[in-house]
Amino acid sequence: MAGAYGGTGEPVTHPTRSDVVVVRRGEVVVKAHSVRDDPDLLRMRLRAANAPALTGLLLTSLDPEVRTVGDRAVTVWPTGVPVGRDDPDAAPWEEGARLLARLHAVPLTMMPPLPEAAGPARMARAVEAMPGHGAAQRTVRRAYAALPDPEPVPRLLTHGDWHLGQLVRRGDRWLLIDVDDLGTGDPAWDLARPAAWFAAGLLEPELWSRFLDSYLASGGPALDPADPWARLDLPARALTVQLAAVAIGHAEAEERELDEVEQSLIQSCGRIVGLRQG
Amino acid sequence: MQCPKCRGSMRTYERNGVHIEQCENCRGIFLDYGELETLTRMESQYHTPPAAPPAHGAPAHGAPAWGAPAPHYGGGHYGHRRKKDSFLGMLFSS
Repeated sequence: MAGAYGGTGEPVTHPTRSDVVVVRRGEVVVKAHSVRDDPDLLRMRLRAANAPALTGLLLTSLDPEVRTVGDRAVTVWPTGVPVGRDDPDAAPWEEGARLLARLHAVPLTMMPPLPEAAGPARMARAVEAMPGHGAAQRTVRRAYAALPDPEPVPRLLTHGDWHLGQLVRRGDRWLLIDVDDLGTGDPAWDLARPAAWFAAGLLEPELWSRFLDSYLASGGPALDPADPWARLDLPARALTVQLAAVAIGHAEAEERELDEVEQSLIQSCGRIVGLRQG
Repeated sequence: MQCPKCRGSMRTYERNGVHIEQCENCRGIFLDYGELETLTRMESQYHTPPAAPPAHGAPAHGAPAWGAPAPHYGGGHYGHRRKKDSFLGMLFSS
């Protein structure tokens, strides 16, 4: 299929979540989406990604339509250079934050209709899918149950699943990729994964500051610059629960104990549970 | 140095980087050039509530109540190899 869009050379399958297949051939990337994803929602999201208001923010697809191969929805994209995986200090934290700030600032009136951003649903799914009933699982489930109801906030354009793997470089500019969770929602969720890493003591304060300062300096509308944690706290708790649930799933699948990094997420969940009781 | 008012002898004090000459006889105070301005500035800082956290530089912006008390950075130069690899994987996956 990549060949039909001008891709040449040997097809390379990229490692990704088990239910998504990404194949690159030369300059063309073909993504087979999760069977779980609703093709109608995917169609809305792809249309939004290709809207003129997002040019220079979100990668534009090579084919404006969602295709079907077998029972899978498929989208076709140009290749980009991903973030180098060996040195978090060298990662484009500032660029990522700037892109998110600009994405969140796009008026919804300039966008075609969009479904809800899927961050909260993804979190709930991660907890539901978490295997086992040990002490760690109990802590994660209690932290999940202790999450307060979200305060009503203005709904803005939100990526829905941001991490460093969601950036690619095309020429001299970085762009966001992955439309699977794109929609309207609380944009603070896009900042919540790095916030959760920082709160777990995993992400160095310097890197967290580079990211957060850049978001605030770019006028990112998700946070109050005088008190960024006011809006970050709840989504960061939710992402901590999600990351811990996913980590437990990985450890169970690999039949091993939780490593130190994964343990620190469970400890974060423990402190979240403690807040509620304290 | 003699007190310009009563000719008593003056003693030099230093308070927060400001030189102050005080007469041991009449307790009068003599300031060098610019020192009155320095004192005024210090006074106004004392009365102004602390400024909002700076927009740049770490650590700024605080942390949540449930944040890790003793950070152990897996992504940086501090963690050992296994730990670093585990965190690096997490930086790039959903």
